[in-house]
Amino acid sequence: MIISALAFYVFAAITILSGLMVVTARNPVHSVLWLILAFFNSAGLFVLMGAEFLAMVLVVVYVGAVAVLFLFVVMMLDVNFQNLRKGATNYAMIGGIIGVILLLELIFLLGSAAVLPEAGTGAQPIPKFDVMTNTHAIGHVLYTDYFYLFQVAGMVLLVAMVGAIVLTLRQREGVRKQSIAQQLDRRPEDTLEVVKVQPGQGA
Amino acid sequence: MLEIGLAHYLTVAAILFTLGIFGIFLNRRNVIVIMMSIELILLAVNINFVAFSAHLGDLVGQVFAMFILTVAAAEAAIGLAILVVYFRNRGSIAVDDINLMKG
Repeated sequence: MIISALAFYVFAAITILSGLMVVTARNPVHSVLWLILAFFNSAGLFVLMGAEFLAMVLVVVYVGAVAVLFLFVVMMLDVNFQNLRKGATNYAMIGGIIGVILLLELIFLLGSAAVLPEAGTGAQPIPKFDVMTNTHAIGHVLYTDYFYLFQVAGMVLLVAMVGAIVLTLRQREGVRKQSIAQQLDRRPEDTLEVVKVQPGQGA
Repeated sequence: MLEIGLAHYLTVAAILFTLGIFGIFLNRRNVIVIMMSIELILLAVNINFVAFSAHLGDLVGQVFAMFILTVAAAEAAIGLAILVVYFRNRGSIAVDDINLMKG
């Protein structure tokens, strides 16, 4: 019990600290690295809550794909990030006020709200770990009751992939490219001319 | 204090959500950091989903957290692609310059 409580406080503290560093770091590359730390620690929180599969997916998808995508874009764009921070202190006031108000509202909500006693009784129960692993249980629900939503999620990813490619692909002028169709289309009679040269008349 | 319950996780998620909102205001000229703040907000939402899933003993919360993860990944990919195209055309990513359509 004390170990898990300690682990919760460590993970939570590092998550919140690195979240703070994401938004306040001067260098966006550092922001991305703090974001990666935040994702790792919230994966730890997920493990503490018993959602192991989601924790691993978080590490794979967020750290492995999204954060690396951010890192690539930050490093490829030749932007003067110092200019972008001008006037940040003005906004920090407004943002801080709005943030504090929002946080107070959320805390009041947490303090006063109660979970309905009948909530969660009718839905998919989480099986005990020695009966079925978390991954197995999620698969049982995801591929049966939520199969259509699962397919739609796949379509969303496909559309996003096609969209990103269409947006960023560009045809540049003056670049020699291999055209395989043209190469295969070539016939000997198009390019080859056999000339009968009489002896003594060759040019 | 040593008994970690639903409220602890919800508090962490609330603080993370607020940090994301704060980050949007603090870095309102830098689109990349704004997108990272959106990722933080989505992470907070995911923590909420999983916390309630664990508290209620209902697996559906984890399934939906996975769908949120999917949408977040798609959003990041499309957003960054738009950002790259925008930078190629304008040579800047300052939010103040994004007013071509006067919308």
